[in-house]
Amino acid sequence: MTEPLAASLFDQAIYLVIVVAKILAIVVPLIIAVAYYTYMERKVIGYMQVRLGPNRVGPWGLWQPFADVLKLLVKEVIYPANANKFLFVLAPLLALTPAFAAWAVIPFNEWMVIADVNAGLLYLLAMTSIGVYGMIVAGWASNSKYAFLGALRSTAQIVSYEIAMGFALIGVLVIAGTMNLREIVLAQQGGVFDWFWLPLLPLFVIYVISGIAETNRAPFDVAEGESEIVAGFHVEYSGAGFAVFFLAEYANMILISALTAILFAGGWLSPFEGIPVLGDTFLGEGSIIWFFAKLLFFMFLFLWFRATFPRYRYDQIMRLGWKVLVPITIVWVMVAAVMSVFGLVERGA
Amino acid sequence: MAHSGRMTSYSRAVAQYFRSLLLLELFRGLALTLRYFFKPKFTVRYPEEKTPRSNRFRGLHALRRYPNGEERCIACKLCEAVCPALAITIDSTQREDGTRRTTRYDIDLFKCIYCGFCEESCPVDSIVETDILEYHFENRSESVVNKAQLLAIGDRYEERIAAHRRQDAAYR
Repeated sequence: MTEPLAASLFDQAIYLVIVVAKILAIVVPLIIAVAYYTYMERKVIGYMQVRLGPNRVGPWGLWQPFADVLKLLVKEVIYPANANKFLFVLAPLLALTPAFAAWAVIPFNEWMVIADVNAGLLYLLAMTSIGVYGMIVAGWASNSKYAFLGALRSTAQIVSYEIAMGFALIGVLVIAGTMNLREIVLAQQGGVFDWFWLPLLPLFVIYVISGIAETNRAPFDVAEGESEIVAGFHVEYSGAGFAVFFLAEYANMILISALTAILFAGGWLSPFEGIPVLGDTFLGEGSIIWFFAKLLFFMFLFLWFRATFPRYRYDQIMRLGWKVLVPITIVWVMVAAVMSVFGLVERGA
Repeated sequence: MAHSGRMTSYSRAVAQYFRSLLLLELFRGLALTLRYFFKPKFTVRYPEEKTPRSNRFRGLHALRRYPNGEERCIACKLCEAVCPALAITIDSTQREDGTRRTTRYDIDLFKCIYCGFCEESCPVDSIVETDILEYHFENRSESVVNKAQLLAIGDRYEERIAAHRRQDAAYR
């Protein structure tokens, strides 16, 4: 009697260890990626402004992110007078958790995925939407009118662009005929021109644009507007709380890049698939390298946009979201439906 | 006539609409920043790299000596008189050999505006401004440098100072 119980307990312990190991396998590289994304951002923007960017801490400034993190963690955490302390502490976590949790369904290649769920896309929509609560709660709990206004502006913007983003995803759904991210990638098999960015070009562009707006990045960063107002919903945060918001923002950017790569750029598939000469080499075969290459490209795109475009005015953001992007997506979802019904898009090989 | 004019303005508006929809101007902007991304950078890696400096650069002050070791300054106090920031303080006396010498020569480097008038006014090329710019004080009182310190700076950098004066001799 004791033997099977112990055995089953042991099994469960093993299971628990495996689950924790899987979570760590995603979260730890992600945190490091975020650290070096900030470094990359400063370097890329520096280079586009014809200067070098951070280069003093360690070789080529490579230890800069660690110096930044250490500085933030050592700083004092200030609680504003009459702030709701519980929510004030909870808010950064509310923003961070969904940004990490969403990674559970991201397939890195054909088998490297934590949860190969059927409703992966739905789960992603849910997770990316929940992050907004972190902002609302942070703005409200700070007991500061500036934080509150910043939170309102951020949430209004995010909620508006989520609609365009959702429609763009529906276009992918209609063409791929599945919500499983792995199957969506597999439906794009067969070289660059079989990926969904081509038949869904307007949706692809709109997805990238609304992805930038979703993460409150330049040129849609009016809520933060570092050169005219300061910070937005997280004005009152300092030290570790601010670091967590920072982490969440960058993790979300990486997530959006990964999603763009998976939904529109063929995930881990090779762009040279189907070219006879390359077919046998690693260039012709899908692998995690291709996924990371695409991920890096879309991450670079975020920084490139920030270095290039001036900030939108707030009413222009709303006009673009509701009057331009949403109508275009609706039209193209219908086009996608027609293409799908008449079999104009090949669904994998 | 008026009708066709309206038509062209309509068609122009429609054309403009499609142009903005194609994001052409945005792509041009992106191409520009990408070009700059690959351009050589202007940054000077400061402590390792330094920008060229003129031989007329006006940095830290020094008092010079003649090659035989005699100090140049004859306590004429022209520098003290010309100094617009009143940074120089001089006391003088007659030495045993009958020459006029300073007993005190202080420059307050916090008051000094590095205009170079002292150097210009000096009839014997005694007070000079060197091209040294990397120096610091660790206490507030250290900002006033006295005669001994100024002479020490002069002794230490005499070769450089003299070389710079030689290069500029034709214009002095």
